Amino acid sequence: MEQYFIQFSLLILFLPLAAFVVQIFLGKRLPRQGDWVSISAIGITLILSLIMFATMLSSYDSGFSKEASFTWIDMGSFSIQLGFLIDNITIIMLVVVALISTCTHIFSLEYMAGDIRYSRYFAYLGLFTFSMNGIVLANNLISMYMSWELVGVSSYLLIGHWFEKDTAANAGKKAFLTNRVGDIGFFIGIMLLYTAVGSFMFSDIFEGVAVGKISGTMLTLAGVGLFLGAMGKSSQFPLHIWLPDAMEGPTPVSALMHAATMVAAGVYMSVRVFPLFSPDALLVVAYVGGFTALFAASIAVTQTDIKKVLAYSTVSQLGYMILAVGTGVYTAAFFHLLTHAMFKANLFYGSGSVIHAMHHALHKKHDHNTDPQDMRNMGGFKEKMPVTYWTMLVSTLAIAGVPLFSGFLSKDAILAGTLAFAQHHPAHLLLPVFGFGAAALTAFYMFRLMFLTFHGAPQMPELIDDIHESPKEMTGPLVLLASLSVFIFYTLPYVDPFSDHGWFTDLVVAGDSFVPGSIPAREIADHAHHAHYTAMYTSIAVAFLGIALAVMVYLRKVFSAENWVKSFGTLYDWSRNKYYFDENYERFLYQPFFRLANKVAWLDWDLYDKYFINGFGRFTDWLSRVTGRFDFEGIDQGLVDGTGRIVNYLGGTFRKLQTGRLQNYLLYVTAGLIILTIIQAF
Amino acid sequence: MDQLTNYLFIAAVLFSLGVFGVITRRNGIAVLMGVELILNAANLNFVAFSRFGGMNLDGHIFGLIVIVLAAAEAAVALAIIINIYNNLNTINVDDASSMKQ
Repeated sequence: MEQYFIQFSLLILFLPLAAFVVQIFLGKRLPRQGDWVSISAIGITLILSLIMFATMLSSYDSGFSKEASFTWIDMGSFSIQLGFLIDNITIIMLVVVALISTCTHIFSLEYMAGDIRYSRYFAYLGLFTFSMNGIVLANNLISMYMSWELVGVSSYLLIGHWFEKDTAANAGKKAFLTNRVGDIGFFIGIMLLYTAVGSFMFSDIFEGVAVGKISGTMLTLAGVGLFLGAMGKSSQFPLHIWLPDAMEGPTPVSALMHAATMVAAGVYMSVRVFPLFSPDALLVVAYVGGFTALFAASIAVTQTDIKKVLAYSTVSQLGYMILAVGTGVYTAAFFHLLTHAMFKANLFYGSGSVIHAMHHALHKKHDHNTDPQDMRNMGGFKEKMPVTYWTMLVSTLAIAGVPLFSGFLSKDAILAGTLAFAQHHPAHLLLPVFGFGAAALTAFYMFRLMFLTFHGAPQMPELIDDIHESPKEMTGPLVLLASLSVFIFYTLPYVDPFSDHGWFTDLVVAGDSFVPGSIPAREIADHAHHAHYTAMYTSIAVAFLGIALAVMVYLRKVFSAENWVKSFGTLYDWSRNKYYFDENYERFLYQPFFRLANKVAWLDWDLYDKYFINGFGRFTDWLSRVTGRFDFEGIDQGLVDGTGRIVNYLGGTFRKLQTGRLQNYLLYVTAGLIILTIIQAF
Repeated sequence: MDQLTNYLFIAAVLFSLGVFGVITRRNGIAVLMGVELILNAANLNFVAFSRFGGMNLDGHIFGLIVIVLAAAEAAVALAIIINIYNNLNTINVDDASSMKQ
């Protein structure tokens, strides 16, 4: 099967694009608005990725790698190669993208039914899948960058799907512009590497790094530049502000892009280019990731909008992955990406299901003022929506890091790596503190979400009779993804819920960094292995601490949440208002920027434009008037018309000779003859 | 009176009268008559040179041909003048100017 992988990849890449093209141009005219076009394209993509996945499992070769390139631009010394790199990481990522994308398509059939831009919505999903697969398959930085930007565009389009709402339109713009900030760093990083190495291909760049074509500060700068791109896309502090706002998009989109796949692109890119991160760059990565993990978790604790909680949870989990990349256990980061994609997508579908139910119940009551996403309006949905409840519970256990579920394995691997890093670099003790702190908070806020939504007395009793379980199109993906959050799918062929040893760890093995003098991957793995049990017990302890706290506060009501709010007044306000990041950015970044822009606009418009450009225009105007007069009055009226007038006058004079009377001519002839005779005579 | 000069003088007078008629008369018929005078002046010269120049009958033959030609010419010219009269109700040659711009 391996020999067909390149053809498969081409199909996987371009089928969603074909679906996009068909949908955007013909969607409205097709039966059912063409949703079957998108579904079949993505279905084939999923089947092909699963075939590749099965082939990978059956050959069980951790070193499998296949590459194919072609020359895109060739201008003598300057040439750009584009191509695919297919190894185990690529295949796993392809399956994740195709699977979550398929689930999203199916889920959207019901969730988006009756939407005014139904066909366009599916078209954009296709565009997104195409560009995401472009990132996944790239074997070079330039095509990865192109797909990177395309992903940004499709994210923008989908967040702003309901652009009639100002908040949605603004959220789309915010996401796009915030990503641009990171992308500038990404681009600088790419250019630094190209200048030093002369190629965009991963393999050439790694080779260049290994032989020292780029090293020291430049390498660190290039690494930080690339990481800046990852920070934008994966919503890391301080560029995290766009992701929670992105929840204005349709919920299935949030699940697909803003939880499972697109935001993971930053992590995926970091995993891909990990071998060129210098130790200094890795430290930056680790601290950004660790801080983001704890910081976002502390915001999620106080949010009341169900999707906002999940959004900050996503930011926090992405921080985990970045932390793992920074501490060197980048396979653990990829592992967490995989497990997180499943349970976080499921949580988003679950929240979508709840919002869908709320929406219909409110619609029936003609209540358009109550926020269907606010958890304070929910409560007691457990009996009404059993499938949603149980699947979300499984995912919540997984994200909280409870044993027997997938999240436990991957989070444990990350925490073990972080702990081992701190043991060998005692100066960086803060990193595991970030990690374990975030783990405790994650368990707490996720169970808070579950208790507020599904347990206790209904907060709006008048609605509870109208709350119904969602239809099969929506519960199907829920059940599928929830079952994929069980540990067994990741540890096969071994069955040990306390060890992440399984096909994943067998097939995705960390390679050595290409930066000269860095710690070999083997050693990092050994260190992590030694820290494994300490990390595991601690993480189980903090997870149960968080869960117990949530149970006591929100289920048993041993402590009153209101009293806590009072005693932690300032802290609560800060967290509730997301540490005033948007406000401070507004005040210290946007407003000064606007003022600067106004100043520059004044220079440009009032000085340059008005005096220089307009002055130049006026001078040209005057000059053309003068030359115009010369041309008209001198050349045209004098010379050209003068010639005509002279000819006219001469003609008018001489025409009188040509009377047309033969007798006159005869007279001239005779007169001439007489004159000639007279001349002859003398 | 038996000298060439006398004949030539008469012919010259005839010719001058013919040319004068052709140039000055506005009546089409009168113009034709002027032309006839010119032709006959020429005939007189032919015959006179034939007689005094010692040639045989060459001049006479030429004169006869010119007379025949003049008759033909008169027939065509008169036809034209009749047509002009039919169309314009006049035989004044100055009025036949519709081709003029």
